[in-house]
Amino acid sequence: MFPKPIEKSGVATQFAYKVFLPIALIIWLLPLLAIVATSVRPPSDINTGNVFGWPSSFQIIENYTAVFTQSEATTYFLNSFKITIPTVILSVSLACLSGYALAIYKFRAALPLFFIFVAGNFVPFQILMVPVRDLSVKTGLYDTVTGLVLFHAAFQTGFCTLFMRNFIKALPFDLIESARIEGVGEFKIFWYLVLPLVRPAIAALAVLIFTFIWNDFFWATVLTQGEASKPITAGVRALNGQFVNNWHLVSAASLLAAVPPVAMFFLMQRHFIAGLTLGAVK
Amino acid sequence: MTATALPDTDPPVTRSWYARNKLAITPWLFLIPAMIFFLIYVIAPIFQSIWISFYEWDGLGAAEWVGARNYVELMDDDRFYTSLWNNVLWLLLYMLAVPAGLFVALFLNQTVTGMRIYKSMFFFPFVISQVVVGLIFTWFYNPDFGVVGQVWQFFGATPPSILGDERYVTYGIIAAGLWPQIAYCMILYLTGLNNVAADQIEAGRLDGAKGWKMLWYVVLPQLKPATFIAVVVTVIGALRSFDMIAIMTQGGPYGSSNVLAYYMYETALSEYGYRMGYGSAIATVLFLIMLIYISYFLYRMYQDEKGAR
Repeated sequence: MFPKPIEKSGVATQFAYKVFLPIALIIWLLPLLAIVATSVRPPSDINTGNVFGWPSSFQIIENYTAVFTQSEATTYFLNSFKITIPTVILSVSLACLSGYALAIYKFRAALPLFFIFVAGNFVPFQILMVPVRDLSVKTGLYDTVTGLVLFHAAFQTGFCTLFMRNFIKALPFDLIESARIEGVGEFKIFWYLVLPLVRPAIAALAVLIFTFIWNDFFWATVLTQGEASKPITAGVRALNGQFVNNWHLVSAASLLAAVPPVAMFFLMQRHFIAGLTLGAVK
Repeated sequence: MTATALPDTDPPVTRSWYARNKLAITPWLFLIPAMIFFLIYVIAPIFQSIWISFYEWDGLGAAEWVGARNYVELMDDDRFYTSLWNNVLWLLLYMLAVPAGLFVALFLNQTVTGMRIYKSMFFFPFVISQVVVGLIFTWFYNPDFGVVGQVWQFFGATPPSILGDERYVTYGIIAAGLWPQIAYCMILYLTGLNNVAADQIEAGRLDGAKGWKMLWYVVLPQLKPATFIAVVVTVIGALRSFDMIAIMTQGGPYGSSNVLAYYMYETALSEYGYRMGYGSAIATVLFLIMLIYISYFLYRMYQDEKGAR
């Protein structure tokens, strides 16, 4: 293990480390802690300049309910879920199929196709913006939740395919070979043999894609216009304009927007980190 | 009865075309749904955008072919150069996330009680949306009531208006962007450190290596895959920077914090006009820059794939 385990150092070093650890964490999260404090302040604190110190009173319930009663936040939240969940299901399903095909079958187009999926996953969004928006307008999908879902699912298929293909490639190929010799059909092999084995990969992808899509802002601004289909990220920006100088409400809304991905991360931490690193480090 | 147990020795003529070509057809059946989606929404739009960049088009009326005029105009566009330069700054300074992430990972790679909680708390900034990070830092930097303002006033100095000053604004946004990016690199390195071979460390210790020498000669070579991915995601993050700029400054003051991604959006889709062709030309430039990195990444992958066979 590197660096040297702290237990092997002197008592003083160990003590210093344990004291410094929470201090370092507080410094690291200072911007976030400041906004947490702001979100529970009464508005008078901000007007009198008490923004750094202890809140003069705690208005947790008032501020957080005000976000919902004074704005469209409920709609934004629902939209975020309506966009994120179908996208996760669709892109992960597509990638299970394509990843399986690219990992198991040996055909000449396999590697070039795989590389196209990988490359597509890295392109800047702006090169897609004008045609995708135009396509959405023409098909009536502009400013709809469905339009966002279809685009996100398509785009995330690149990353998911990369991930799935590498995961399936690492499975023992003998299993599939022997199933084929037994005469099991190709789709049955996929459904009954491979799918159960890739469950960890599905979990990892699901949490990652959930976070990516929930946090998307660019496509939310490009493909939506009204309140009806706006997700929370675009919503928070709208709130920022609406709640000018009401920093306590903007803070509360921002923190609320961060809750689902954070909860997802803490609940599925193992899968989340496995996903981030496995998709990356082979 | 025994004949069916020995397949392919005497294939019956009645086998269907599908049965005979099963292994050649099935992969395409599995691939088609993903390919259709990807083709419509990712591959085709890239070429369409490049095509549109040769037109003058407002997105509604008829498009007018202008040849390379949009690109000629780009060459004289000061706002384009400012954005390009800012992208270079983003690329260079964003790279600090890699060593900083390594540093934090080394600091946290211990087994004190509660360490897992600490690690996840340090990772926190990466999980929250960049929109929220942007808002947090807008407020953090505010000279009147933000944390920066309060700290400066505490020392009796006049606080700088970081986001309102052309000299500081880009650096301010990059610093905000580094916060989640360092967390990302940190997690990559923490996983990497987990997989560092213990016997090599011990061997290094026996040879008298410690501290920086151990890090440089023994640990870092083993962290190469983590470093590679950290660099790749950081480059892509730097070139994709859009959310923070849209939230914190909208490219201002006077376009001084613009980057290509935001400038493209502003040109094609905002109150400044709907110049789809010119916007697409900017996007094409950004795409070509990214293509260098994509090619490098694919080349590396190709080498790995060849080695794996």
